[in-house]
Amino acid sequence: MSTIYILWLRQVKKYFRSRSRIIGSLGQPLLFLLAFGFGLGSVFQRAGEGNYIQFLGPGIIMMSVLFTAVFSGVDLIWDRQFGFLKETMVAPVSRLEIMLGKTLGGATVAGLQGTIVFVLTLFVGFRPENLLLLPVAAVFVFLIALLFTSLGIAIASTLHDMQGFQLIMNFLVMPIFFLSGALFPLQGLPRFMEVITRIDPLTYGIDGLRGALINGSEFGITTDLLVISILTAILLGIGSYLFERIEA
Amino acid sequence: MNSNQDHANIIVVSDLVKKFKDLVAVDHISFEVKKGEIFAFLGPNGAGKSTTIEMLTTLLQPSSGNMTLNGSDPTRNKDAVRKSFGIVFQDPSVDEDMTAFENMQFHAILYKVPKDVSDHRIKELLEFVELWDRRSDLVKTFSGGMKRRLEVARGLLHHPKILFLDEPTLGLDPQTRNHIWSYVKDISKKENMTVFFTTHYMEEAEKIAERIAIIDRGKIVAIGTVKELKDQTKTDSLEDAFLNLTGRKIRDEEASGMDHLRTMRRMWTRRH
Ligand SMILES: Nc1ncnc2c1ncn2[C@@H]1O[C@H](COP(=O)(O)OP(=O)(O)OP(=O)(O)O)[C@@H](O)[C@H]1O
Ligand SMILES: [Mg+2]
Repeated sequence: MSTIYILWLRQVKKYFRSRSRIIGSLGQPLLFLLAFGFGLGSVFQRAGEGNYIQFLGPGIIMMSVLFTAVFSGVDLIWDRQFGFLKETMVAPVSRLEIMLGKTLGGATVAGLQGTIVFVLTLFVGFRPENLLLLPVAAVFVFLIALLFTSLGIAIASTLHDMQGFQLIMNFLVMPIFFLSGALFPLQGLPRFMEVITRIDPLTYGIDGLRGALINGSEFGITTDLLVISILTAILLGIGSYLFERIEA
Repeated sequence: MNSNQDHANIIVVSDLVKKFKDLVAVDHISFEVKKGEIFAFLGPNGAGKSTTIEMLTTLLQPSSGNMTLNGSDPTRNKDAVRKSFGIVFQDPSVDEDMTAFENMQFHAILYKVPKDVSDHRIKELLEFVELWDRRSDLVKTFSGGMKRRLEVARGLLHHPKILFLDEPTLGLDPQTRNHIWSYVKDISKKENMTVFFTTHYMEEAEKIAERIAIIDRGKIVAIGTVKELKDQTKTDSLEDAFLNLTGRKIRDEEASGMDHLRTMRRMWTRRH
Protein backbone atom coordinates (compact mmCIF):
# COMPACT_ATOMS: atom_id res chain seq x y z
CA MET A 1 0.00 0.00 0.00
CA SER A 2 2.65 2.53 0.99
CA THR A 3 4.51 1.61 -2.19
CA ILE A 4 1.52 2.51 -4.35
CA TYR A 5 1.04 5.72 -2.40
CA ILE A 6 4.64 6.83 -2.61
CA LEU A 7 4.79 6.21 -6.37
CA TRP A 8 1.55 8.09 -6.83
CA LEU A 9 2.71 10.96 -4.64
CA ARG A 10 5.97 11.24 -6.52
CA GLN A 11 4.23 11.77 -9.83
CA VAL A 12 1.75 14.28 -8.50
CA LYS A 13 4.52 16.24 -6.78
CA LYS A 14 6.55 16.28 -9.96
CA TYR A 15 3.56 17.55 -11.89
CA PHE A 16 3.02 20.51 -9.60
CA ARG A 17 6.72 21.30 -9.63
CA SER A 18 6.92 21.58 -13.40
CA ARG A 19 4.87 24.73 -13.88
CA SER A 20 6.56 25.65 -17.14
CA ARG A 21 5.61 22.28 -18.56
CA ILE A 22 1.99 22.67 -17.46
CA ILE A 23 1.77 26.03 -19.18
CA GLY A 24 3.50 24.70 -22.28
CA SER A 25 1.08 21.81 -22.53
CA LEU A 26 -1.89 24.19 -22.67
CA GLY A 27 -0.76 25.60 -26.02
CA GLN A 28 -2.12 22.73 -28.07
CA PRO A 29 -5.64 22.60 -26.59
CA LEU A 30 -5.86 26.37 -26.83
CA LEU A 31 -4.85 26.27 -30.48
CA PHE A 32 -7.46 23.61 -31.22
CA LEU A 33 -10.16 25.54 -29.38
CA LEU A 34 -9.38 28.74 -31.25
CA ALA A 35 -8.74 27.31 -34.70
CA PHE A 36 -11.60 24.81 -34.76
CA GLY A 37 -13.96 26.49 -32.33
CA PHE A 38 -13.92 29.84 -34.00
CA GLY A 39 -12.82 28.73 -37.44
CA LEU A 40 -15.60 26.21 -37.97
CA GLY A 41 -18.11 27.68 -35.54
CA SER A 42 -20.23 29.44 -38.12
CA VAL A 43 -20.33 26.44 -40.49
CA PHE A 44 -21.41 24.24 -37.60
CA GLN A 45 -24.10 26.73 -36.61
CA ARG A 46 -25.41 27.04 -40.19
CA ALA A 47 -25.70 23.25 -40.40
CA GLY A 48 -28.08 23.48 -37.50
CA GLU A 49 -25.80 21.78 -34.97
CA GLY A 50 -25.75 24.62 -32.47
CA ASN A 51 -22.78 26.23 -30.75
CA TYR A 52 -19.53 24.58 -31.81
CA ILE A 53 -17.53 25.67 -28.76
CA GLN A 54 -20.09 23.88 -26.58
CA PHE A 55 -19.69 20.80 -28.71
CA LEU A 56 -15.90 20.99 -28.99
CA GLY A 57 -15.12 21.71 -25.30
CA PRO A 58 -15.49 18.12 -24.02
CA GLY A 59 -13.56 16.81 -27.05
CA ILE A 60 -10.58 19.05 -26.35
CA ILE A 61 -10.63 18.29 -22.64
CA MET A 62 -10.44 14.59 -23.44
CA MET A 63 -7.74 15.21 -26.04
CA SER A 64 -5.42 16.59 -23.39
CA VAL A 65 -6.33 13.77 -21.02
CA LEU A 66 -5.52 11.25 -23.76
CA PHE A 67 -2.15 12.77 -24.62
CA THR A 68 -1.05 13.30 -21.02
CA ALA A 69 -2.12 9.79 -20.04
CA VAL A 70 -0.39 7.98 -22.90
CA PHE A 71 2.78 10.01 -22.35
CA SER A 72 2.97 9.34 -18.65
CA GLY A 73 2.59 5.65 -19.44
CA VAL A 74 5.19 5.68 -22.19
CA ASP A 75 7.48 7.64 -19.88
CA LEU A 76 8.18 4.21 -18.44
CA ILE A 77 10.68 3.59 -21.24
CA TRP A 78 12.93 6.34 -19.87
CA ASP A 79 12.13 5.79 -16.29
CA ARG A 80 13.02 2.18 -16.40
CA GLN A 81 16.50 2.81 -17.70
CA PHE A 82 17.38 6.22 -16.31
CA GLY A 83 15.00 6.85 -13.53
CA PHE A 84 13.66 6.02 -10.22
CA LEU A 85 11.81 3.05 -11.66
CA LYS A 86 14.98 1.00 -12.01
CA GLU A 87 15.48 1.51 -8.30
CA THR A 88 11.96 0.32 -7.54
CA MET A 89 12.42 -2.77 -9.72
CA VAL A 90 15.11 -4.16 -7.40
CA ALA A 91 13.28 -3.17 -4.23
CA PRO A 92 11.47 -5.85 -2.24
CA VAL A 93 8.03 -4.83 -3.51
CA SER A 94 5.72 -6.52 -5.98
CA ARG A 95 5.53 -5.52 -9.61
CA LEU A 96 1.78 -5.14 -9.29
CA GLU A 97 2.20 -2.45 -6.64
CA ILE A 98 4.68 -0.60 -8.83
CA MET A 99 2.40 -0.82 -11.84
CA LEU A 100 -0.63 0.38 -9.86
CA GLY A 101 1.28 3.27 -8.29
CA LYS A 102 2.63 4.32 -11.63
CA THR A 103 -0.76 4.03 -13.34
CA LEU A 104 -2.70 5.86 -10.64
CA GLY A 105 -0.06 8.61 -10.60
CA GLY A 106 -0.16 9.02 -14.37
CA ALA A 107 -3.95 8.97 -14.38
CA THR A 108 -4.15 11.61 -11.65
CA VAL A 109 -1.79 13.86 -13.55
CA ALA A 110 -3.82 13.38 -16.75
CA GLY A 111 -6.99 14.13 -14.80
CA LEU A 112 -5.47 17.32 -13.39
CA GLN A 113 -4.45 18.33 -16.88
CA GLY A 114 -8.01 17.73 -18.07
CA THR A 115 -9.31 19.91 -15.24
CA ILE A 116 -7.01 22.76 -16.21
CA VAL A 117 -8.12 22.50 -19.84
CA PHE A 118 -11.73 22.54 -18.63
CA VAL A 119 -11.02 25.90 -16.97
CA LEU A 120 -9.38 27.02 -20.20
CA THR A 121 -12.53 26.21 -22.18
CA LEU A 122 -14.51 28.47 -19.87
CA PHE A 123 -12.36 31.37 -21.03
CA VAL A 124 -13.20 30.77 -24.69
CA GLY A 125 -16.91 30.67 -23.99
CA PHE A 126 -17.70 27.07 -23.01
CA ARG A 127 -20.54 26.83 -20.45
CA PRO A 128 -21.51 23.57 -18.70
CA GLU A 129 -25.27 23.24 -18.57
CA ASN A 130 -25.69 21.43 -15.30
CA LEU A 131 -23.12 22.04 -12.57
CA LEU A 132 -24.59 19.21 -10.50
CA LEU A 133 -23.25 16.76 -13.07
CA LEU A 134 -19.63 17.94 -12.71
CA PRO A 135 -18.78 14.94 -10.48
CA VAL A 136 -20.01 12.65 -13.28
CA ALA A 137 -17.78 14.54 -15.68
CA ALA A 138 -14.87 14.00 -13.29
CA VAL A 139 -15.56 10.26 -13.26
CA PHE A 140 -15.37 10.13 -17.06
CA VAL A 141 -12.18 12.14 -17.11
CA PHE A 142 -10.53 9.92 -14.54
CA LEU A 143 -11.62 6.68 -16.17
CA ILE A 144 -10.30 7.79 -19.55
CA ALA A 145 -7.09 8.89 -17.83
CA LEU A 146 -6.75 5.48 -16.22
CA LEU A 147 -7.57 3.65 -19.43
CA PHE A 148 -4.94 5.42 -21.51
CA THR A 149 -2.24 5.42 -18.84
CA SER A 150 -2.67 1.65 -18.68
CA LEU A 151 -2.43 1.51 -22.46
CA GLY A 152 0.75 3.62 -22.38
CA ILE A 153 2.28 1.33 -19.76
CA ALA A 154 1.26 -1.78 -21.66
CA ILE A 155 2.97 -0.44 -24.79
CA ALA A 156 6.04 0.80 -22.94
CA SER A 157 6.47 -2.59 -21.29
CA THR A 158 7.01 -4.17 -24.69
CA LEU A 159 9.28 -1.46 -26.14
CA HIS A 160 13.01 -1.24 -25.48
CA ASP A 161 13.87 2.18 -26.78
CA MET A 162 12.25 5.32 -28.07
CA GLN A 163 12.34 4.26 -31.71
CA GLY A 164 8.84 2.86 -31.61
CA PHE A 165 7.57 6.03 -30.06
CA GLN A 166 6.88 7.98 -33.26
CA LEU A 167 4.99 4.98 -34.53
CA ILE A 168 2.71 5.00 -31.49
CA MET A 169 2.02 8.69 -31.91
CA ASN A 170 1.20 8.47 -35.62
CA PHE A 171 -0.62 5.19 -35.75
CA LEU A 172 -2.32 5.01 -32.41
CA VAL A 173 -2.70 8.22 -30.42
CA MET A 174 -3.51 10.55 -33.31
CA PRO A 175 -6.10 8.20 -34.86
CA ILE A 176 -7.68 7.63 -31.45
CA PHE A 177 -8.13 11.36 -31.13
CA PHE A 178 -9.19 12.26 -34.68
CA LEU A 179 -11.55 9.31 -35.09
CA SER A 180 -13.31 9.76 -31.78
CA GLY A 181 -16.00 12.31 -32.47
CA ALA A 182 -14.01 14.92 -30.55
CA LEU A 183 -14.33 17.27 -33.50
CA PHE A 184 -17.50 16.10 -35.27
CA PRO A 185 -20.96 14.74 -34.35
CA LEU A 186 -21.41 10.97 -34.38
CA GLN A 187 -24.64 10.91 -36.37
CA GLY A 188 -24.88 10.92 -40.14
CA LEU A 189 -21.38 9.51 -40.71
CA PRO A 190 -20.55 7.24 -43.65
CA ARG A 191 -20.90 3.61 -42.65
CA PHE A 192 -17.15 2.86 -42.28
CA MET A 193 -16.64 5.95 -40.13
CA GLU A 194 -19.55 4.97 -38.00
CA VAL A 195 -17.90 1.61 -37.35
CA ILE A 196 -14.49 3.12 -36.66
CA THR A 197 -15.77 5.75 -34.24
CA ARG A 198 -17.61 3.09 -32.30
CA ILE A 199 -14.47 0.97 -31.96
CA ASP A 200 -12.52 3.91 -30.56
CA PRO A 201 -12.67 3.90 -26.73
CA LEU A 202 -12.20 7.66 -26.57
CA THR A 203 -15.54 8.09 -28.37
CA TYR A 204 -17.38 6.81 -25.30
CA GLY A 205 -15.36 9.01 -22.95
CA ILE A 206 -16.15 12.12 -24.96
CA ASP A 207 -19.77 11.12 -25.40
CA GLY A 208 -20.10 10.57 -21.67
CA LEU A 209 -18.45 13.89 -20.94
CA ARG A 210 -20.84 15.60 -23.35
CA GLY A 211 -23.67 13.90 -21.53
CA ALA A 212 -22.47 15.28 -18.22
CA LEU A 213 -21.47 18.75 -19.34
CA ILE A 214 -23.85 19.77 -22.14
CA ASN A 215 -26.56 17.14 -21.92
CA GLY A 216 -25.56 15.91 -25.38
CA SER A 217 -24.81 12.22 -25.13
CA GLU A 218 -25.39 10.04 -28.15
CA PHE A 219 -25.27 6.62 -26.48
CA GLY A 220 -26.43 7.58 -23.01
CA ILE A 221 -24.24 8.06 -19.94
CA THR A 222 -24.86 4.57 -18.57
CA THR A 223 -23.74 2.86 -21.76
CA ASP A 224 -20.67 5.10 -21.94
CA LEU A 225 -19.78 4.39 -18.35
CA LEU A 226 -20.21 0.66 -18.79
CA VAL A 227 -18.10 0.48 -21.95
CA ILE A 228 -15.26 2.54 -20.49
CA SER A 229 -15.24 0.73 -17.16
CA ILE A 230 -14.94 -2.63 -18.85
CA LEU A 231 -12.22 -1.43 -21.23
CA THR A 232 -10.31 0.18 -18.36
CA ALA A 233 -10.42 -3.03 -16.36
CA ILE A 234 -9.18 -5.01 -19.36
CA LEU A 235 -6.32 -2.62 -20.11
CA LEU A 236 -5.30 -2.45 -16.48
CA GLY A 237 -5.10 -6.23 -16.57
CA ILE A 238 -3.05 -6.29 -19.77
CA GLY A 239 -0.80 -3.51 -18.45
CA SER A 240 -0.14 -5.41 -15.22
CA TYR A 241 0.53 -8.62 -17.08
CA LEU A 242 3.04 -7.04 -19.46
CA PHE A 243 4.65 -5.01 -16.71
CA GLU A 244 5.13 -8.13 -14.65
CA ARG A 245 7.21 -9.62 -17.44
CA ILE A 246 9.55 -6.67 -17.98
CA GLU A 247 13.19 -7.58 -17.63
CA ALA A 248 15.56 -4.90 -16.39
CA MET B 1 31.80 -28.00 -1.37
CA ASN B 2 31.30 -28.33 2.38
CA SER B 3 28.79 -26.32 4.35
CA ASN B 4 31.48 -24.32 6.09
CA GLN B 5 32.56 -22.86 2.79
CA ASP B 6 28.97 -22.22 1.80
CA HIS B 7 28.66 -20.15 4.87
CA ALA B 8 31.68 -18.03 4.14
CA ASN B 9 30.61 -17.37 0.55
CA ILE B 10 27.86 -14.80 0.29
CA ILE B 11 27.69 -15.04 -3.50
CA VAL B 12 28.01 -18.37 -5.29
CA VAL B 13 27.63 -18.56 -9.06
CA SER B 14 28.02 -21.72 -11.07
CA ASP B 15 27.82 -22.24 -14.81
CA LEU B 16 25.76 -19.09 -15.31
CA VAL B 17 24.68 -18.35 -18.89
CA LYS B 18 22.72 -15.51 -20.43
CA LYS B 19 21.84 -15.49 -24.10
CA PHE B 20 20.20 -12.66 -26.01
CA LYS B 21 18.99 -14.41 -29.16
CA ASP B 22 22.28 -15.50 -30.83
CA LEU B 23 24.53 -13.49 -28.57
CA VAL B 24 25.97 -15.24 -25.54
CA ALA B 25 26.45 -12.27 -23.20
CA VAL B 26 27.47 -14.39 -20.21
CA ASP B 27 29.07 -17.71 -21.06
CA HIS B 28 29.22 -20.38 -18.35
CA ILE B 29 30.80 -18.34 -15.58
CA SER B 30 31.44 -19.63 -12.08
CA PHE B 31 32.86 -17.77 -9.09
CA GLU B 32 32.39 -17.15 -5.37
CA VAL B 33 32.59 -14.02 -3.29
CA LYS B 34 33.39 -14.26 0.41
CA LYS B 35 31.43 -12.48 3.07
CA GLY B 36 32.87 -9.00 3.70
CA GLU B 37 35.13 -9.19 0.67
CA ILE B 38 35.64 -6.42 -1.89
CA PHE B 39 35.43 -8.13 -5.25
CA ALA B 40 35.87 -6.62 -8.72
CA PHE B 41 34.73 -7.55 -12.19
CA LEU B 42 37.23 -6.08 -14.60
CA GLY B 43 36.50 -6.25 -18.30
CA PRO B 44 36.22 -4.35 -21.57
CA ASN B 45 32.97 -2.96 -22.98
CA GLY B 46 30.34 -5.56 -23.65
CA ALA B 47 32.14 -8.22 -21.58
CA GLY B 48 28.96 -9.11 -19.70
CA LYS B 49 29.60 -7.31 -16.41
CA SER B 50 26.25 -5.51 -16.19
CA THR B 51 24.38 -8.55 -17.44
CA THR B 52 25.86 -10.64 -14.63
CA ILE B 53 24.89 -8.02 -12.06
CA GLU B 54 21.37 -7.85 -13.48
CA MET B 55 20.96 -11.59 -13.08
CA LEU B 56 22.32 -11.53 -9.53
CA THR B 57 20.01 -8.65 -8.61
CA THR B 58 16.80 -10.32 -9.92
CA LEU B 59 16.40 -8.02 -12.93
CA LEU B 60 17.23 -10.61 -15.57
CA GLN B 61 16.33 -14.27 -15.81
CA PRO B 62 19.41 -16.40 -16.61
CA SER B 63 19.30 -18.79 -19.58
CA SER B 64 20.86 -21.49 -17.40
CA GLY B 65 23.07 -22.01 -14.37
CA ASN B 66 22.80 -21.48 -10.63
CA MET B 67 23.21 -18.55 -8.29
CA THR B 68 22.98 -18.09 -4.55
CA LEU B 69 22.99 -14.71 -2.89
CA ASN B 70 23.07 -14.54 0.87
CA GLY B 71 21.69 -18.08 0.90
CA SER B 72 18.79 -17.45 -1.49
CA ASP B 73 18.23 -18.02 -5.18
CA PRO B 74 17.60 -14.74 -7.07
CA THR B 75 15.35 -16.49 -9.59
CA ARG B 76 13.11 -18.08 -6.98
CA ASN B 77 13.33 -16.15 -3.75
CA LYS B 78 13.35 -12.67 -5.20
CA ASP B 79 12.20 -10.72 -2.16
CA ALA B 80 14.72 -12.27 0.22
CA VAL B 81 17.50 -11.53 -2.26
CA ARG B 82 16.27 -7.98 -2.90
CA LYS B 83 16.33 -7.16 0.79
CA SER B 84 19.91 -8.30 1.08
CA PHE B 85 21.63 -6.01 -1.40
CA GLY B 86 21.99 -2.36 -2.31
CA ILE B 87 22.95 -1.24 -5.79
CA VAL B 88 24.36 1.65 -7.75
CA PHE B 89 23.47 1.10 -11.39
CA GLN B 90 25.71 1.93 -14.31
CA ASP B 91 23.14 4.46 -15.48
CA PRO B 92 21.93 7.10 -13.04
CA SER B 93 18.74 6.16 -11.24
CA VAL B 94 18.09 9.02 -8.88
CA ASP B 95 14.98 11.07 -9.43
CA GLU B 96 16.26 14.42 -10.63
CA ASP B 97 12.99 16.23 -9.96
CA MET B 98 13.10 15.28 -6.31
CA THR B 99 15.33 16.55 -3.54
CA ALA B 100 18.18 14.48 -2.17
CA PHE B 101 16.24 13.91 1.01
CA GLU B 102 13.11 12.81 -0.84
CA ASN B 103 15.13 10.32 -2.86
CA MET B 104 16.39 8.82 0.39
CA GLN B 105 12.93 8.87 1.96
CA PHE B 106 11.39 7.01 -0.98
CA HIS B 107 14.04 4.35 -0.69
CA ALA B 108 13.32 3.96 3.01
CA ILE B 109 9.61 3.46 2.30
CA LEU B 110 10.27 0.96 -0.48
CA TYR B 111 12.50 -1.06 1.84
CA LYS B 112 10.06 -0.65 4.74
CA VAL B 113 12.61 0.94 7.04
CA PRO B 114 10.61 2.36 9.98
CA LYS B 115 10.44 6.13 9.95
CA ASP B 116 12.24 6.80 13.24
CA VAL B 117 15.10 4.55 12.18
CA SER B 118 15.26 5.90 8.65
CA ASP B 119 15.35 9.58 9.59
CA HIS B 120 18.43 8.93 11.68
CA ARG B 121 20.07 6.73 9.07
CA ILE B 122 19.38 9.22 6.25
CA LYS B 123 21.04 12.00 8.21
CA GLU B 124 24.00 9.81 9.05
CA LEU B 125 24.50 8.74 5.42
CA LEU B 126 23.97 12.16 3.85
CA GLU B 127 26.51 13.58 6.28
CA PHE B 128 28.81 10.71 5.45
CA VAL B 129 28.77 11.52 1.72
CA GLU B 130 28.80 15.25 2.48
CA LEU B 131 25.41 16.07 1.04
CA TRP B 132 23.49 16.88 4.21
CA ASP B 133 23.68 20.63 3.54
CA ARG B 134 22.20 20.08 0.11
CA ARG B 135 19.46 17.70 1.21
CA SER B 136 16.62 20.06 0.24
CA ASP B 137 17.93 20.82 -3.24
CA LEU B 138 16.55 19.17 -6.32
CA VAL B 139 18.94 16.51 -7.59
CA LYS B 140 18.98 18.05 -11.07
CA THR B 141 21.05 20.89 -9.62
CA PHE B 142 23.75 18.40 -8.52
CA SER B 143 27.02 17.65 -10.31
CA GLY B 144 27.68 14.15 -11.61
CA GLY B 145 29.83 13.36 -8.59
CA MET B 146 27.20 14.54 -6.13
CA LYS B 147 24.54 12.41 -7.82
CA ARG B 148 26.81 9.39 -7.61
CA ARG B 149 27.47 10.01 -3.92
CA LEU B 150 23.74 10.26 -3.34
CA GLU B 151 23.23 6.94 -5.10
CA VAL B 152 25.89 5.33 -2.93
CA ALA B 153 24.25 6.72 0.21
CA ARG B 154 20.86 5.51 -0.95
CA GLY B 155 22.17 2.04 -1.72
CA LEU B 156 23.46 1.80 1.86
CA LEU B 157 20.28 3.02 3.54
CA HIS B 158 18.75 -0.34 4.42
CA HIS B 159 22.01 -1.85 5.75
CA PRO B 160 22.52 -4.23 2.82
CA LYS B 161 24.78 -7.25 3.24
CA ILE B 162 26.06 -6.79 -0.31
CA LEU B 163 26.61 -3.58 -2.25
CA PHE B 164 26.71 -3.80 -6.05
CA LEU B 165 28.46 -0.93 -7.81
CA ASP B 166 28.33 -1.01 -11.62
CA GLU B 167 31.06 1.32 -12.85
CA PRO B 168 30.40 3.70 -9.98
CA THR B 169 33.19 6.11 -10.81
CA LEU B 170 32.85 6.38 -14.58
CA GLY B 171 33.27 9.98 -15.71
CA LEU B 172 34.15 11.30 -12.27
CA ASP B 173 37.26 13.29 -11.37
CA PRO B 174 39.99 11.63 -9.28
CA GLN B 175 39.04 13.51 -6.10
CA THR B 176 35.43 12.32 -6.26
CA ARG B 177 36.56 8.81 -7.12
CA ASN B 178 38.81 8.68 -4.09
CA HIS B 179 36.04 10.05 -1.95
CA ILE B 180 33.52 7.46 -3.05
CA TRP B 181 35.95 4.62 -2.52
CA SER B 182 36.91 5.80 0.92
CA TYR B 183 33.22 5.84 2.00
CA VAL B 184 32.58 2.45 0.55
CA LYS B 185 35.67 0.84 2.07
CA ASP B 186 34.87 2.45 5.38
CA ILE B 187 31.33 1.11 5.55
CA SER B 188 32.37 -2.27 4.23
CA LYS B 189 34.74 -2.62 7.20
CA LYS B 190 32.35 -1.17 9.73
CA GLU B 191 29.31 -3.22 8.74
CA ASN B 192 31.13 -6.26 7.34
CA MET B 193 29.45 -5.54 4.02
CA THR B 194 30.46 -7.35 0.83
CA VAL B 195 31.20 -5.12 -2.16
CA PHE B 196 30.88 -6.30 -5.76
CA PHE B 197 31.98 -3.69 -8.25
CA THR B 198 32.76 -3.44 -11.94
CA THR B 199 35.25 -1.11 -13.54
CA HIS B 200 37.35 -0.39 -16.58
CA TYR B 201 40.01 1.29 -14.48
CA MET B 202 42.96 -1.00 -13.75
CA GLU B 203 44.38 1.11 -10.99
CA GLU B 204 41.00 1.19 -9.29
CA ALA B 205 40.64 -2.57 -9.35
CA GLU B 206 44.25 -2.92 -8.18
CA LYS B 207 43.86 -0.46 -5.32
CA ILE B 208 40.41 -1.34 -4.07
CA ALA B 209 39.65 -4.96 -4.78
CA GLU B 210 40.83 -7.86 -2.66
CA ARG B 211 40.09 -10.23 -5.51
CA ILE B 212 39.51 -9.60 -9.19
CA ALA B 213 37.79 -11.57 -11.91
CA ILE B 214 38.78 -10.62 -15.42
CA ILE B 215 35.87 -11.11 -17.77
CA ASP B 216 35.97 -10.92 -21.54
CA ARG B 217 33.31 -11.83 -24.11
CA GLY B 218 31.16 -13.35 -21.42
CA LYS B 219 33.87 -15.64 -20.01
CA ILE B 220 35.93 -15.31 -16.86
CA VAL B 221 39.49 -15.59 -18.17
CA ALA B 222 41.23 -15.30 -14.82
CA ILE B 223 40.37 -14.82 -11.17
CA GLY B 224 42.45 -14.11 -8.08
CA THR B 225 44.32 -11.46 -6.13
CA VAL B 226 46.40 -8.93 -8.06
CA LYS B 227 49.51 -10.86 -7.17
CA GLU B 228 48.05 -14.14 -8.37
CA LEU B 229 47.01 -12.56 -11.66
CA LYS B 230 50.47 -11.10 -12.21
CA ASP B 231 52.15 -14.38 -11.35
CA GLN B 232 49.82 -16.34 -13.57
CA THR B 233 50.60 -14.16 -16.61
CA LYS B 234 54.26 -13.54 -15.66
CA THR B 235 53.74 -9.80 -15.94
CA ASP B 236 54.50 -7.09 -13.44
CA SER B 237 51.47 -4.85 -13.64
CA LEU B 238 47.76 -5.54 -13.61
CA GLU B 239 47.45 -3.68 -16.89
CA ASP B 240 49.92 -6.00 -18.60
CA ALA B 241 48.20 -8.99 -17.05
CA PHE B 242 44.86 -7.69 -18.33
CA LEU B 243 46.15 -7.07 -21.86
CA ASN B 244 47.89 -10.41 -21.83
CA LEU B 245 44.62 -12.12 -20.97
CA THR B 246 42.18 -10.17 -23.11
CA GLY B 247 44.37 -9.23 -26.06
CA ARG B 248 45.02 -5.76 -27.42
CA LYS B 249 42.20 -5.63 -29.88
CA ILE B 250 39.63 -2.89 -29.31
CA ARG B 251 36.10 -4.20 -28.86
CA ASP B 252 34.33 -2.45 -31.68
CA GLU B 253 31.02 -4.17 -31.22
CA GLU B 254 27.93 -2.68 -32.78
CA ALA B 255 26.16 0.03 -30.85
CA SER B 256 23.35 -1.62 -28.96
CA GLY B 257 19.86 -0.27 -28.36
CA MET B 258 21.12 0.70 -24.94
CA ASP B 259 23.93 2.83 -26.33
CA HIS B 260 21.43 4.50 -28.59
CA LEU B 261 19.22 5.32 -25.63
CA ARG B 262 22.19 6.69 -23.70
CA THR B 263 23.09 9.00 -26.57
CA MET B 264 19.52 10.24 -26.85
CA ARG B 265 19.44 10.91 -23.16
CA ARG B 266 22.66 12.92 -23.31
CA MET B 267 21.24 15.08 -26.08
CA TRP B 268 17.99 15.42 -24.22
CA THR B 269 19.47 16.45 -20.88
CA ARG B 270 21.80 18.92 -22.54
CA ARG B 271 18.91 20.76 -24.08
CA HIS B 272 17.06 21.13 -20.78
N1 LIG C 1 18.78 -6.54 -23.21
C1 LIG C 1 19.72 -6.90 -24.09
N2 LIG C 1 19.39 -7.39 -25.31
C2 LIG C 1 20.32 -7.77 -26.19
N3 LIG C 1 21.65 -7.71 -25.96
C3 LIG C 1 22.06 -7.23 -24.78
C4 LIG C 1 21.11 -6.80 -23.77
N4 LIG C 1 21.82 -6.38 -22.70
C5 LIG C 1 23.11 -6.53 -23.01
N5 LIG C 1 23.27 -7.04 -24.25
C6 LIG C 1 24.55 -7.37 -24.90
O1 LIG C 1 25.25 -8.26 -24.05
C7 LIG C 1 26.64 -7.98 -24.06
C8 LIG C 1 27.11 -7.73 -22.65
O2 LIG C 1 26.57 -6.50 -22.19
P1 LIG C 1 26.86 -5.91 -20.76
O3 LIG C 1 26.04 -4.66 -20.65
O4 LIG C 1 26.69 -6.93 -19.74
O5 LIG C 1 28.39 -5.52 -20.87
P2 LIG C 1 29.30 -4.73 -19.85
O6 LIG C 1 30.43 -5.62 -19.52
O7 LIG C 1 28.48 -4.21 -18.74
O8 LIG C 1 29.82 -3.55 -20.77
P3 LIG C 1 30.06 -2.00 -20.44
O9 LIG C 1 31.40 -1.91 -19.85
O10 LIG C 1 29.98 -1.36 -21.78
O11 LIG C 1 28.97 -1.57 -19.52
C9 LIG C 1 26.82 -6.79 -24.99
O12 LIG C 1 27.21 -7.29 -26.26
C10 LIG C 1 25.44 -6.17 -25.06
O13 LIG C 1 25.24 -5.51 -26.28
MG1 LIG D 1 27.94 -2.40 -18.06
